[in-house]
Amino acid sequence: MSVAESTLLEAHALHREFGGVVAVRDVSFAVRRGEVVSIIGPNGAGKTTLFNLLTGLDRPDAGRIWFCGHEITALSPERRAALGMARTFQHGRAFGNLTVLENVLLGAHLRQALTAPDSTPLSALRELGAAILKPPAYADEQRRLRHRAFALLQRFGERLTPRAHQPAYTLSYANRRRTEMARALALQPTLLLLDEPTAGMNPTETAEVLDFLKTLKAEGLTLLLIEHKLGLVMELSDRVIVMDNGVVIAEGAPESVRRDPRVVEAYLGHTHWGTPSSESLP
Amino acid sequence: MLDAPLSFWLDQTINGVVIGNIYALIAIGLALIFGVANLVNFAHGSVFMIGAYAGWVCITRLHWPLPAAMLTAATLSAIVGVLIERIGLRGLYDKARIAPLLATIGISFTLDQIVQLIFTATPQGFPAPLPEQRIPLGTVSIGLLDVLIAAITVGAALALFGFLRFTRLGWALRAAAQDREAAQQMGVDTDRANMLAFAVASALGGVAGVLVGMYFNSVYTSMSFQATIKGFVANLLGGLGSVSGAILGGILLGLIESYGVALFGASYRNLFSYAMLVLVLVFLPQGLFGARRALPPEPLTGTFVPSGGRVRLPRAMMALTIGAALVPLLSDNPYLLQTLSSAFLFALLALSVTLVTGMAGQTSLGQAGFMAIGGYASALLVMRVGVPFELALLLAALSAALVGSLLMTPVFRLRSQYMAIATLGVGEIVNQVILNWDAVTGGALGLSRIPPPTFLGAPIIAPRDVYWATLVLLVAGGLLAWRMAEAHLGRTWRAIRDDEVAARAFGVNLARYKWLAFLASGFIAGLSGAFTAHTYSYINHETFAVNTSILALTMVILGGMGNLAGAVLGALALTAAPELLRAVADYRYLLYGLVLVLLIRFRPQGLLGTL
Ligand SMILES: Nc1ncnc2c1ncn2[C@@H]1O[C@H](COP(=O)(O)OP(=O)(O)OP(=O)(O)O)[C@@H](O)[C@H]1O
Ligand SMILES: [Mg+2]
Repeated sequence: MSVAESTLLEAHALHREFGGVVAVRDVSFAVRRGEVVSIIGPNGAGKTTLFNLLTGLDRPDAGRIWFCGHEITALSPERRAALGMARTFQHGRAFGNLTVLENVLLGAHLRQALTAPDSTPLSALRELGAAILKPPAYADEQRRLRHRAFALLQRFGERLTPRAHQPAYTLSYANRRRTEMARALALQPTLLLLDEPTAGMNPTETAEVLDFLKTLKAEGLTLLLIEHKLGLVMELSDRVIVMDNGVVIAEGAPESVRRDPRVVEAYLGHTHWGTPSSESLP
Repeated sequence: MLDAPLSFWLDQTINGVVIGNIYALIAIGLALIFGVANLVNFAHGSVFMIGAYAGWVCITRLHWPLPAAMLTAATLSAIVGVLIERIGLRGLYDKARIAPLLATIGISFTLDQIVQLIFTATPQGFPAPLPEQRIPLGTVSIGLLDVLIAAITVGAALALFGFLRFTRLGWALRAAAQDREAAQQMGVDTDRANMLAFAVASALGGVAGVLVGMYFNSVYTSMSFQATIKGFVANLLGGLGSVSGAILGGILLGLIESYGVALFGASYRNLFSYAMLVLVLVFLPQGLFGARRALPPEPLTGTFVPSGGRVRLPRAMMALTIGAALVPLLSDNPYLLQTLSSAFLFALLALSVTLVTGMAGQTSLGQAGFMAIGGYASALLVMRVGVPFELALLLAALSAALVGSLLMTPVFRLRSQYMAIATLGVGEIVNQVILNWDAVTGGALGLSRIPPPTFLGAPIIAPRDVYWATLVLLVAGGLLAWRMAEAHLGRTWRAIRDDEVAARAFGVNLARYKWLAFLASGFIAGLSGAFTAHTYSYINHETFAVNTSILALTMVILGGMGNLAGAVLGALALTAAPELLRAVADYRYLLYGLVLVLLIRFRPQGLLGTL
């Protein structure tokens, strides 16, 4: 199993069961640097579970994962984040009592000099000391991070900047999703995983997100996207992976996937297809 | 001891089994309630204590026969239990699990104080209305009461099994315990199931209360807390929510205590239960008897952080501080100054809770343990080593921070209500170690004639000086906490509190920040404990007890989670205000209990809101 030079992420034979229900069955795929790959499939297909396995919030029963040339199957989510993986959550997990700006700053947690994910008591004490004494280097760094966070908010036009100092729980649903996206970008990821970024958004807002994602793509960011809105998927993706019942049933360029009889079958077979998904475990 | 005759060990075994039977009766009740309502009922001990008093009144005052007294106690306890469920908990089932736990703690405070107001805190003698006859069994003998206790436990357990297996109501209870939603769909009225569970559990608790009263020949209000702890440990040993496990766990705990006391001495009794509390919660959460039921998973989101209502008042804080500093110039009433000084020391403790619980979201009921470490360290450094007070204060706070946070590391992996209970256990372990480490701590005698605090060598004794010193300490603690809160550290803690999973996804190492939170919190609590020790001049293993931890948490909830100004405000409102309103002083714990219950129910974001 060699990891090609341009491959950023590779999953091999991932498998995850929940008490007899197979959520992800023998899933293998790869994502190249700079590529935009979308995962589509009906509700309960296992898309979010796959994201959880990739980001380390859940562990596969079998299978292996490589990222940036390292095997990460056994790494904690913190370590994977440090390697450059950032994600958003399907059901929205902005920190409710943190302001919008603080949410974004938290996204930049690993961009601080003193917060390496592998911790020793001594490094922790050094961090505590810096937080209390705020030496010039620390204060400079925090100021730089705030500037960068604010610049990130500005990428969402007038949506977030006026609300930068409001706690996230006061935001509209759409703005909370934007906050999550800004938080993920603050990590300066090499791979961004987005779980239904336009869920619950109206067509105007969806178009706005599409434009935003196109900009990210143009900047060369690698995207892995779960999305139900096929228009957006077709327009944005280099490649589409179709899942049903935990299995990859088709994979390829958007146009060829759209015509694949197995995909059409999956469309017809599921009344739930494309509807906003019901509340399920993250 | 080990070469004692066999009959000695047989006696210990019988003692252990008898006490274990009582623990089992309490544990069965807790298991039933946990199973059906999925909550740890900290008011269960109060119900047990009320049963004990009911039995005592019936027997010693009304001279009723034992069965009538038992029946009365069971009925009264059942009624109290149903009221607790109906009034105190019904609205909280959909909240984070820590909410009903705190509510039951508040209810327990309230009930204990009410009983104390009626019967005073003095233990009442409770002669068992049974002949003193002992039944000889070879080299040992068994008392009639022992037999009665065993018979009642076995009888109650069998009756309960029969009820759960063979009656329709019992079936409904089991269905509700297994899967609430499924039971509701099958037409089970889960509200009634809850009420029923509380009624049955509380009746058993009441009977256990009467038995304990007769066994130890006395009843007293503070028996309630120990009963809850023992019952919970027994329940935990057998697997939370398992009724048969509760019986085995109870007897096992009784035996461990009995043998432990025989080997090490009576003062070790509670150390075993607290040590087991923490160890089993952390390392064997499914109990000793198999993996039938692990700790039910907590929802991935939803720590106890109500949103909203935030008020920021840095300017006001500055003005208030200056105003506070001027108070002694306006009034030299020593009573006023002393009351405010002790309120300031409490506020310092509340600040420490705000850091760890309010900001980092780790509900700690063990803060008094940090205070105890600080208090003993400082007193011992000054008295035994001759370190000047000013240095001892700093070293004591550092020891509280380091030792305390180290003791807390095993509980980092627990969530919500289990974390709260485990931290309570750690706090009490500190006190139990103090009690049993005679050579260093003076054991049960405590430390007396601790010299007063000093400033540059001059003793701080006059009320006015003590007032200023405590105010300085509070301001220093407040500034320290504020520096951390305003730095990236405060942000990271609050993120962990709001959503641990999302925080991890952004590279936050949870253990590291939990440790730092306990470290900072231990330092500030240690300061408070150290200064307290020198102003009291006498401390023992009960000076810094669970009630103090609970009170500090109540202050923080009152002020608003993570809100530094709120913590100080909460502390002043709950300590100085009742003291200065003389009329309320006697009902203080009643007030604390009610405040806690009402806050959880109606204003969980506190006065100044969550930050
Ligand atoms: N933590 C869990 N415990 C038990 N079952 C789970 C868990 N997480 C997911 N599942 C199950 O795994 C299957 C896949 O769920 P998943 O959330 O991955 O689907 P999805 O493709 O993201 O669906 P949606 O479009 O609704 O978001 C479902 O049957 C779900 O019920
Ligand atoms: Mg999903």
